[in-house]
Amino acid sequence: MNFETTIGLEVHVELKTNSKMFSPAPVTYGAEPNTSTNVIDWGFPGVLPTVNQGAYGLGIMVALAFHAHVAHDTHFDRKNYFYPDNPKAYQITQHEVPLARDGYIEIPTPDGGTKQIGIEELHVEEDAGKNTHTGQYSYVDLNRQGTPLIEIVSKADMTSPDEAYAYLENLRKIVQFTGASDVKMEEGSMRVDTNISIRPIGQKEFGQKVELKNLNSFNHVRLGLAYEEKRQARILMNGGTIRPETRRFDEATGETVLMRVKEGADDYRYFPEPDIPRVQIDQDWIDDIAAHIPEMPDKRRARYINELGLPEYDAGVLTDTKEMSDFFEETINDGADAKLASNWLMGGVNQYLNENKVDLPETKLTPAHLATMIQMIEDGTISSKIAKKVFKEIITNGTEPRQWVEDKGLIQLSDPDQLNPIITDVLDNNQQSIDDFKNGKDRAVGYLVGQIMRQTHGMANPKVVNQLLMAALKAR
Amino acid sequence: MNYLNESLTSLHDKLVNHELTSKDLIQGTLANIHAQDGDIKAFLRTDDERALEKAAQVDKDGINPQDVLSGLPVAIKDNIVTKGLITTAASKILDNFKPIYDATVVQKLNDAKMITIGKTNLDEFAMGSSTETSAYQMTSNPWDHTKVPGGSSGGSAAAVAAGFVPAALGTDTGGSIRQPAAFNGIVGMKPTYGRVSRWGAIAFASSLDQIGTLTRGVYDNALLLNAISGLDTKDSTSSGNPVPDFTANLNGDIKGMKIAMPKEYLQEGVQPEVKAAILKAADTLRSLGATIDEVSLPHTQYAVPTYYIIASSEASSNLQRYDGIRYGYRAKDVKTLEDVYVKSRSEGFGDEVKRRIMLGTFSLSAGYYDAYFKKAAQVRTLIKQDFDDILKDHDLIMGPTTPTPAFGIGEKVSDPVTMYMNDILTISANLAGNPSASIPAGFVDGLPIGMQLIGKPFAENTIYRAGFAFEQATDFHKQTPNMEGDAAK
Amino acid sequence: MIEKKQVEHVAELAKLSFSDAELDHFTSQLDEIMKMVDQLDEVDTTGVEPTTHVGDLVNVFRKDEAKPGTPRKELMENVPEEQDGLIKVPAIIDEGEDE
Repeated sequence: MNFETTIGLEVHVELKTNSKMFSPAPVTYGAEPNTSTNVIDWGFPGVLPTVNQGAYGLGIMVALAFHAHVAHDTHFDRKNYFYPDNPKAYQITQHEVPLARDGYIEIPTPDGGTKQIGIEELHVEEDAGKNTHTGQYSYVDLNRQGTPLIEIVSKADMTSPDEAYAYLENLRKIVQFTGASDVKMEEGSMRVDTNISIRPIGQKEFGQKVELKNLNSFNHVRLGLAYEEKRQARILMNGGTIRPETRRFDEATGETVLMRVKEGADDYRYFPEPDIPRVQIDQDWIDDIAAHIPEMPDKRRARYINELGLPEYDAGVLTDTKEMSDFFEETINDGADAKLASNWLMGGVNQYLNENKVDLPETKLTPAHLATMIQMIEDGTISSKIAKKVFKEIITNGTEPRQWVEDKGLIQLSDPDQLNPIITDVLDNNQQSIDDFKNGKDRAVGYLVGQIMRQTHGMANPKVVNQLLMAALKAR
Repeated sequence: MNYLNESLTSLHDKLVNHELTSKDLIQGTLANIHAQDGDIKAFLRTDDERALEKAAQVDKDGINPQDVLSGLPVAIKDNIVTKGLITTAASKILDNFKPIYDATVVQKLNDAKMITIGKTNLDEFAMGSSTETSAYQMTSNPWDHTKVPGGSSGGSAAAVAAGFVPAALGTDTGGSIRQPAAFNGIVGMKPTYGRVSRWGAIAFASSLDQIGTLTRGVYDNALLLNAISGLDTKDSTSSGNPVPDFTANLNGDIKGMKIAMPKEYLQEGVQPEVKAAILKAADTLRSLGATIDEVSLPHTQYAVPTYYIIASSEASSNLQRYDGIRYGYRAKDVKTLEDVYVKSRSEGFGDEVKRRIMLGTFSLSAGYYDAYFKKAAQVRTLIKQDFDDILKDHDLIMGPTTPTPAFGIGEKVSDPVTMYMNDILTISANLAGNPSASIPAGFVDGLPIGMQLIGKPFAENTIYRAGFAFEQATDFHKQTPNMEGDAAK
Repeated sequence: MIEKKQVEHVAELAKLSFSDAELDHFTSQLDEIMKMVDQLDEVDTTGVEPTTHVGDLVNVFRKDEAKPGTPRKELMENVPEEQDGLIKVPAIIDEGEDE
């Protein structure tokens, strides 16, 4: 029997704001426990929520980036459940009318085409705190409580773990380009829950879906889903039935492990949040956000190819992350040649990042310094050999390159008034080479250039030396 | 010192004229409460030390004649949080809970240099109509100690009626200011929803709750409401509607005022003597130049079930935060997290609160939401429309505040449905959000009764104008309960 | 008619426990209350929008500006059990939301 797979993903993304979704407490990462909270986050008696306009605006921006339709008339709802990291015992979310509906993400297909994966809905809500467990006790840190989240719920349009992987990659990339979130799974600013079911090919009804949680990377998502496909197929082949379960991925074994069997639907007793008046989004606000939405990666890639004349490969690499793409654009805005900037970013810069296992923002390199260095190479101020030294200096120490090159005396000698006397001197002492040259022996030129470079301690501009030398030889 | 024959303005004059110091006043107030509250049990606790310190400070700074509330005592219902002063909502689950911030209204009264004397008793989490569901004590009606003071702001109302304080704050979710005001022969105002910030009011039902004022007279009430009203950015449901001076135009002139009297407010459930008193009150208003029209509010009979579904649903969610983890009562000998939740809540909440949590949880649960919560929210729309329709052509709606005067302690607490029906006349104003006050309107069997006036949204001043004119034309507000001979003073 | 089993389920959702006698008592009281509530069936609400908020307020937003949090020492004043700046509770056995 052959099966087909159906996958749906729920992705939570933390929105990058100064303050929390419903309280003015600061959003921090890695702060001391319970130092980034206030009485609202703690759900003290008598406290009330206030909606962060910036977070809602970012939510709209993300929704627009996924081509979704923003709801004009909505409200917040309460989702009721008890948990120590959920201080009010309800989460303020959007249940009845989400922020936006009906979007999509395009993913590449193996045949070189694209496939649209539908987005059912996007809504904003508050994050919970964090529990840690040791032995008989759990410990609650509420710093994360109230951090704005956008939940992006896909349609069950994916048919393989690879499609799920591609969907997540593009989702992350698009959100990253909006600037609405860091979307880092390792820091928890992006979290993925999946639903997967299989059914015999040709069967109309979907199979029983299983929820897969605690996935720490895209790769775990892919591996976990692949394991589930096999596990479920094995059960069905053996005549068994799939139970409605929540499972987690075990990194060590590469298998999925049962967390709990779901008995009936959870009863969250949703109802409209009475403490927050209705939200009525007018088209002006949506238009304003749409007008300020940063250029998405596919558009940037096309522009790099068509307007900057970069090869397709370069355009692809440069738009892989927003950091790289933004850095590239700033570098050329600061006056660097596009192709040279691209070469340096894909070459020297990437090599440095890989060797040192750091991200671009963690280095001392600035677009202005890189542009200056590239200009100095172009105008002959430094040689490409010296450029390697300069690059090391500006990326590790953040030194201004022009000044540094001057201070270190690394500027190429290109001034004829300085070079000509040296050339005259070398020629005067090498009559044999002049004669050889006159007799058609080109090797003599190489020898003379070597002599001149020695006299200038290697700082002479070879191009200029060549020109001056040829002129001097002809004059003799 | 008691305030049976004093008002905020008369006391202010005495302070300005140096007949009294604030310290004298606060000392006298506390002494009187300590001497007499043993019989009434209006206060859960007083804040003697800090009150005296503040009074001394006010005296030191001097009383500015413009600061009309400066140096005067006020009592706060114990479901309004006071920084550093234990606040329990009369529930065991908040036993020893010491708030770390002030409610906006408390902050505003502090800014006005009013002095918080103490916290008054209430029905647990304001759920009740008699103050009998308090986990701590039974408050008596000063007019007859065998009767309830009403509720849930029974402590605040009794404290004012007994002359312990000239003014108090309460909260009103379904009549919790107006009904005890009526039972105690004082003035109680539930302002328009959004007029007063709810920041720091321990939520019962968020879409219905409103903080309001209890005083002996109408002018004082307006004065106190001036001090606590206005937009608060910490409460998203508070309104930026301009706050007028509520004491302006209190001149007794109500000529041409159009008042509606719904026939549903005088139906069989209303005791005949109460009905007679209200009809007489209508005559008085007519004699002052108002016109009274009989009208109909056809959905009145559905107000009680609508209210109990909505209020209990919101309450079931609002009260989930009392889980024994971050503050308040945690059950002893708990081994598991589930124990912390279930035992703390089962031991910490009283029966009435549990009843409402159960009712609310049920109404919101899967499969029942549409039939109960949503249905009630739809009927609420119709009840609100009834009000809007009538108030299109009228300035006020009038009727009795309660169907009967104060009932006996223990008489109704065992039968929730009968108890709930007691709120039938007051509930609609909360469902619609309109301002509404109870004004002393007579006596039945020696017990005070109240006239309820309901206004258009943000038209508290119309209610005060009519209430003031009525008050000046009658002497109900001048009568006082017998406080062991003090009344004669 | 409300049944005891329903009441038990609701109690579970609300994290309340009752003795058997209490459960009987609550069941009959809730049943009586629900009978009163069933009066609402008489009202035709076809096409009527529910009212969940009174007043005309919409779009009440706060600017995204952070204010310092409440000092941890103050927040901890009412906490029954604390350790190293964390709120301490008996172990969570079930895996919860988002974990």
